[in-house]
Amino acid sequence: MKQPIQRDLFPGALEMMILRTLKRQPMHGYALVQQIKRTSNDVLRIEEGSLYPALQRLLKEGFVKAEWGISATNRRVRIYKLTAAGGKHLEREVSSFERMLKGITQVLAPGEL
Amino acid sequence: MNWLRQLFSRRRLHRELSEEIQAHLDEKVEELVAGGMSREEARRSARREFGNVGLIEENCREVWGWPSVESVFLDIRYGRRALSHSPVFTAVALLTIAIGIGANAAVFSVVNSVLLRPLHYSKPEELVALHQVAPGAEGLTDFENGLLLSPSMYFTYAEHNQTFQSLGVWVTGTANVTGLAEPEQVRTVGVSDGVLQAFSVPPAARRWLLQTDQVPRGPERVMLSYGYWQRCFGGSQTVVGQNIMLDSQPREIVGVMPEGFQFVGADFDVIVPLAFDRGKQILAGFGYHGIARLKLGTTIADANADIARMLPVWMDSWSNGPGTNPHIYETWKIRPMIRPLKQEVIGNVGELLWVVMGTIGAVLLIACANVTNLLLVRVETRQQELAVRAALGAGWARIVRGLLVESVMLGLMGGVLGIGLAYAGVRFLVAMGPSNLPRLSEVSLDARTLGFTLVLSVLSGLLFAVFPALKYAGPRTAAALRSAGRTMSASRERHRARNLLVVGQVAMALVLLVSAGLMIRTFEAMRNVDPGLADPQHLQLVRISIPGSLVAEPERVTRTQNEILDKLAAIRGVKSAGFVSEMPMEGFDSDWDEIFAEDKVYAENTIAPLRLYKYISPGLLQTAGTRLVAGREMTWSEIYGLQPFVMISENLAREMWGTPSAAIGKHLREFPKTRWHEVIGVTQDVREKGVQETAPEIVYWPPLVENVFGTGQARATRAVTFVIRSDRSGTESFLNEVREAVWSVNSNLPLASVRTMWDVYDKSMARTSFTLVMLGIAATMALSLGIIGIYGVMSYTVSQRQCEIGIRLALGAQRGDVLQMVLRQGTKLALVGVAIGIVAAFALTRLMTSLLFGVTAHDPLTFVAVAALLILVALFACYIPARRATLVDPIVALRYE
Repeated sequence: MKQPIQRDLFPGALEMMILRTLKRQPMHGYALVQQIKRTSNDVLRIEEGSLYPALQRLLKEGFVKAEWGISATNRRVRIYKLTAAGGKHLEREVSSFERMLKGITQVLAPGEL
Repeated sequence: MNWLRQLFSRRRLHRELSEEIQAHLDEKVEELVAGGMSREEARRSARREFGNVGLIEENCREVWGWPSVESVFLDIRYGRRALSHSPVFTAVALLTIAIGIGANAAVFSVVNSVLLRPLHYSKPEELVALHQVAPGAEGLTDFENGLLLSPSMYFTYAEHNQTFQSLGVWVTGTANVTGLAEPEQVRTVGVSDGVLQAFSVPPAARRWLLQTDQVPRGPERVMLSYGYWQRCFGGSQTVVGQNIMLDSQPREIVGVMPEGFQFVGADFDVIVPLAFDRGKQILAGFGYHGIARLKLGTTIADANADIARMLPVWMDSWSNGPGTNPHIYETWKIRPMIRPLKQEVIGNVGELLWVVMGTIGAVLLIACANVTNLLLVRVETRQQELAVRAALGAGWARIVRGLLVESVMLGLMGGVLGIGLAYAGVRFLVAMGPSNLPRLSEVSLDARTLGFTLVLSVLSGLLFAVFPALKYAGPRTAAALRSAGRTMSASRERHRARNLLVVGQVAMALVLLVSAGLMIRTFEAMRNVDPGLADPQHLQLVRISIPGSLVAEPERVTRTQNEILDKLAAIRGVKSAGFVSEMPMEGFDSDWDEIFAEDKVYAENTIAPLRLYKYISPGLLQTAGTRLVAGREMTWSEIYGLQPFVMISENLAREMWGTPSAAIGKHLREFPKTRWHEVIGVTQDVREKGVQETAPEIVYWPPLVENVFGTGQARATRAVTFVIRSDRSGTESFLNEVREAVWSVNSNLPLASVRTMWDVYDKSMARTSFTLVMLGIAATMALSLGIIGIYGVMSYTVSQRQCEIGIRLALGAQRGDVLQMVLRQGTKLALVGVAIGIVAAFALTRLMTSLLFGVTAHDPLTFVAVAALLILVALFACYIPARRATLVDPIVALRYE
């Protein structure tokens, strides 16, 4: 059996990327996927669908809110927007991620073996 | 109420999600088409990149709360559909479960009402029965089980105790009510002060009997039971305060007890004050039941210690008359054994009911095994469906849950049907139950029973899903997809679960059959016992008592009884008649005392063995069919002449003088100072306390004896049972003539306890026959379910192996070989089951030892017979599918491929 959600890298990473992307500007699901794919230079292969459960989780936590609107292609879509709580959560996540990354980089740094 | 809003916005949430995802896909498709892809290809590609839409939607929904609840609802819908698709399977399974659960619910409701529910008194846990034992008293075995209280004990305990709020003694009896319609004998309870206070049940009208009503020779007062009040006075309030003629004496009705009030499990009509005369009490007179209410925070152990402390006080405070040693009762080793009142009410049926509950539980297990078998077959045929579901992304756990939900649904539906059956079952049980089963009137299906049934239903649902779930929900999608539908013989492993179930069924059926068999043997043994009576069907019994207020003079009482006897004997079709203080097993409090033989030496300061005393008229022995072993009966003229004659039972004669004939001419007396009575006859032993109890040693006195207690020359036996031998016994016309005959002598005499000896007999065997019927039903169900189980497995196996058998036949196997092969397989299962069952039965039947009589719990005959029966039946159950196997046409079988 497949894991229902294909987690990229580590748990919470997808949420973090969503929040970061939404911090720049509110957007709807499809645009969000394309944006994340584009900015990560297609390195991160995420299943497009897996975005939605993550969005629902964030909605439930109150880190984002959603409103129905009209997309650029003139479709009725749900536009997601970062909340204040979401912004704080993102900061916390990013700083802890950076600490972790730093640790990993140090371990992986050449010449110290 | 956030969750509530969520619940309502659920539909909208689902709709919006679908819309959003659809919009996502559309946008993607358009972009890809714009990029030069064909629309068809774009749609496929968009879906591929998106992932499993259904699954993702579900994951999204799961974020919002109750995913498990929701998917269980889905499972339920799915299960309902699956069940309604195979109505035959569902019907068979449901019926099996319903019968199993229904029987359990019915028996449980009895167990619950009789054993578990508290008594209907306020704070029933404080109520205790003042039970005591006297293992040191020789002669009457009863005393090992309980020594009743004497009035002097009551006075001592009531005045000196430190552990009871209130304490009293009571005794049941009968009294004649006249002056209403026909004379009627009513059931009375005599109570001392403290009894009603202990029960602490407020009266339905006016007041209790109080201490002021307990004055000896004071104003006579009574209370009525609610039932008697309604029956005789229509519940009229004005009757309270009026007089009722009880034993020809006016007594004032001071109050009525409320509806449903029972006296320690006994029904009654009238409560009378015992009004003991304190000045006249001696140590002896152990004829009263004690009841008490414990003080708050006092334990039964405290109360026992309290009574034990008061026993020496009792012996110091009272005497048995001048020249007697009050401390001779020390040899009796009297010891308090206070019990909760509930235990006193329930008596010894607890064991019986638990055994019945256990066997019925085993039947349910067998039923579950059968349903499991059905489910296994069904799941096997559904393997492809399950594999498809797994391939579509259903998780292992999800499929298992689906199966569980489906079978729990089966269990619950079976439970609902079972409740219906239980209603009928409870009626049956109440009708079937021994009439002396306590609290029978309280039996009902209550919330606890319903809860029990619910739990049982769910548990059995889970139980019969376990096997299929473990076997078929495993991650074997590919294999299942591939192999299902292929007609090859099943692997050994696939049959293991089913075989296990059959073995279990056979083993349990054997245990139940053995216990039923043991009960049959018990019943048989009891029927074969010579009770010391002959032909009880044709013995008519009528109880008549002549109160002193009606006929004062003792000799006049005996002459009246004699006259009644003559009238009775003159009725058409009467062969003979006699009377006696009580017939065996009638259940009246019996008379007993010491007896001394002239040629024996008795140690000082001990009490001689206690013997049962009975008072009989001439002709009684012949009428009852009790043989005269030696000597002769008394005549009427000897009785009126107060001749000092006595008769004894054979076992007493043998104990004292070796042989019955040696006893003739010997002399006995009751008290050290009274005159000697010559033994003129020895009778056959009589099983007084029921056929399963050994016959007690009995001294037979004439109905009119010298009065050794008080004033007056003679003492008559006022309450006697008339025994009439006639082929017309029990018929209405005969009873009318009996009534006429009695009333022609004295029209104020009510006839009570009108029944044949056979009824008494039946009642005394009620416990055994009830157990027999219950175990019989359980065993029959077990046997038939077992047969169905074996038959089902064997025929399924045969149908699965049809192809293999066809090949065997085509290759030259003889039909006989095939028959043997199938039979051998079935027999092997049955044999293993029987072997396990025998071991289990050996261990379990010991639990029912107390229900058995004349047979040991390990009776080899029963074990062998039951094992043989089961093997035979199993062979028969295998034979039909085996026959069918031999009829397999190789061509047809192979063409299936």
